[in-house]
Amino acid sequence: MTDPHADRQDPLLRIAGLAIDYRTGRRRWTPAVRGATLHVGPGEFVSLVGESGSGKTTLVQGALGLLPESARIRAGSIAYSGVDVTGWNDRRMALVRGNYVGFIPQDPNTSLNPVKKIGRQVIEAVRFNEPEARDAAQHRQAALDSLRTAGLKDAERVFHQYPHELSGGMKQRALIAIALAGKPKIIVADEPTSALDVTVQKVILDHLVRLREELGIGILLVTHDLGVALDRSDRILVMRDGEIVEEGPVRRVLENAADDYTRRLLDAAPARHAGRLEPASGPRPLPGREVLRARGLTKTYRLRGRGPRRELRALDGVDLVVREGTTHAIVGESGAGKSTLASILAGFASPDSGTVHLGARELTGLSRRRLREIRRDLQFVFQNPFTSLDPRFTVSEIVAEPLRAFGLARGRRERTDRVTELLKAVALDERHLHRLPGQLSGGQRQRVAIARALALNPGILVLDEAVSALDVSVQAQILRLLVDLQAEYGLSYVFVTHDLGVVRLIADDVSVMKDGVVVETGPVEQVFRSPRHDYTRQLLEAIPGAGLAVAGAR
Amino acid sequence: MTVELDALAAGRRAGFARPIARRLGELARQPILVASWLVVLVVIGWAVVPGLFTSYGPYTGDASASFLPPSAEHWFGTDRLGRDLFARSVYGAQTTLTATLLAVLIAFGVGTLVGLIAGFAGGIVDTAVMRVIDVFLAIPSLLLAMVVVSVLGYSTQNIALAVGISSIASFARVMRAQVLSVVTQDYVKAAYGLGVGRLGVMLRHVVPNSLSSVIALAALEIGTAVLAVASLGFLGYGAPPPQPEWGLLVAEGRDYVAVHPWASILPGAALAVVVIATHRISTSYRKDHRR
Repeated sequence: MTDPHADRQDPLLRIAGLAIDYRTGRRRWTPAVRGATLHVGPGEFVSLVGESGSGKTTLVQGALGLLPESARIRAGSIAYSGVDVTGWNDRRMALVRGNYVGFIPQDPNTSLNPVKKIGRQVIEAVRFNEPEARDAAQHRQAALDSLRTAGLKDAERVFHQYPHELSGGMKQRALIAIALAGKPKIIVADEPTSALDVTVQKVILDHLVRLREELGIGILLVTHDLGVALDRSDRILVMRDGEIVEEGPVRRVLENAADDYTRRLLDAAPARHAGRLEPASGPRPLPGREVLRARGLTKTYRLRGRGPRRELRALDGVDLVVREGTTHAIVGESGAGKSTLASILAGFASPDSGTVHLGARELTGLSRRRLREIRRDLQFVFQNPFTSLDPRFTVSEIVAEPLRAFGLARGRRERTDRVTELLKAVALDERHLHRLPGQLSGGQRQRVAIARALALNPGILVLDEAVSALDVSVQAQILRLLVDLQAEYGLSYVFVTHDLGVVRLIADDVSVMKDGVVVETGPVEQVFRSPRHDYTRQLLEAIPGAGLAVAGAR
Repeated sequence: MTVELDALAAGRRAGFARPIARRLGELARQPILVASWLVVLVVIGWAVVPGLFTSYGPYTGDASASFLPPSAEHWFGTDRLGRDLFARSVYGAQTTLTATLLAVLIAFGVGTLVGLIAGFAGGIVDTAVMRVIDVFLAIPSLLLAMVVVSVLGYSTQNIALAVGISSIASFARVMRAQVLSVVTQDYVKAAYGLGVGRLGVMLRHVVPNSLSSVIALAALEIGTAVLAVASLGFLGYGAPPPQPEWGLLVAEGRDYVAVHPWASILPGAALAVVVIATHRISTSYRKDHRR
């Protein structure tokens, strides 16, 4: 590699008119990136924002020379500090990666080698990126320095640990240490915090900002979360369908977005709305009597492993009340026990002790058959619409399944009518009747799942992270739909989520969970305005997109 | 894009709605696959209407014309009794293929059912059934088949039964693994949540979603079964001598292989080509399925 500092005026990374195609047939190519242009200067924090399928990851892979076999660069150029690396083979690119550009991958849980100690993995990166040979002790020292720079205070201990012994946040720091090992000038991070909890996300992102200030490196952050991008970047780029549709300083984009799509993205961000979403049809129904009450729920899982029997207390004396026609949100980070709670409420699991009452009926300890009867009144919507629909069933078969199971709407005509009616309720129509889930988008699939849950006219829906797998703009539509359905059918929701931003939009009451215990519960307004528990305060502070809320309130 | 989707949606199941012209176009780019299909179709033709492919009868011999080398008149040459070997191979297809098909059907049917029950029931049923299956797997399949034929008596039907029984275990294993992974899917949990009973969940969700890889295995297993049936025939466990059967044909020529090699080699080559062709087809199916 020629001296990258030859020309100080050149930005660290300059991509010009880059176009990348994927092979989709023998002689067919589908463009993923169409003429993208961007640059990152020294000490600059640039965010690349886009929804799934926008081509942002492909763009980054192209810049790093990590494109899969099936992709090709059709046009454009990539230059690091003025050195054009377009078309370099993998061996030459390997010298650029690590030494010049550090890469932080998306999922810390799968990106580290599980059978090697952290220390060895960092040393590997150190050694590989150093032309002159040094002895093992120096390598070790460099690796420890790198771990410390990545914000791991107890670097000596982490050095001797395996990935599974670390938390998600610590693993991500270890990956940052590996990225920093070659003393790069620029760091490219592809969704570095998407797999992490909000409080951890905040710490990691803050650390990236500090690294930029201390080391003067440039950072290119790829994210789907506009809030994350706006909070910390100098400039943001918005990508859609392989094109960069918006580019500019954060303040400018926030106040005066040039592109229509950017404005829509901004509006879809939960932080934009100050209060709860109101149904389109009119005022919300007044909260009624209690429809669901859980008392003293406890659930313990036995962990398999050596030594004395270890136990994990997933729920520890949890109480919950849902009033008719309202939404009760359950918030917490991973491992807080909220999914366990949801599956107990829905009757998928049984608690060790405690009771769940649905109206006057007790749900806990029922036989399979009795439980099935209760299912008519309580339905469940899963997190991931890509796995909760049988891929071999058409939409009409999926929605009709509960009708079949309970012998309702027996005639063919009658059943089709009911299915169509349900699809209309979730803003789909007859054209979707005979499609397979694979032919629907994520948002459409979640609509189908909701239509299916409504088929039996239940009073209560348990929604387990029902919007978490969706892009923000789709998420906003589904939330609006849920609010409208609630007003129309007088539904009560139990809304499980990790995203506090969403809670404000849809919930009346909220319970904050941590380590199997409800630490705070109450009306949303009150909990958000004056949180009593420290943990709630931490969670609230970690919500990305504080800047958005300010701009949205104008 | 939407136009394409609508076209797909017109057919109920997308997989079958793929335009035939496009499928043929894809096929044309894989000459070996086309050749494999041709081989299989021809051999099926042999089994169904053997008279169409040869003018000689399988049993009619001309003692003066024994051990003729392959020629335009006798494609595979003739055997010790002057019977046309090509005609015998053609007529032999019927015996061999029927036994193969029967064997695969038995293995597929029983194996799938056993795997389904083990995977779906779980617990002690699973453990008990799978240990028995493990025992089956521990015995070499040809040996197992020989034992079964010895017990039941020598005949082609019994060969089919024996080969079928000896490959039940692999079907059961694959099916059980599939069922175990399908059972944990959200849509199965969702079906329970919607009030669908256990039997309904099993028949409507678990079975259809588990079958695809078992079907791929069945295609693969056909080649193996042809070979197993022929091997048993070769060893004399199958059809009695005058009958044409591929394994038997190879065995009959064996004694003269030093002097008249074609008597063994050509029927054997036909057998090899069929096995390779079915294998090629089954791999293409698996690749297709993955997409």
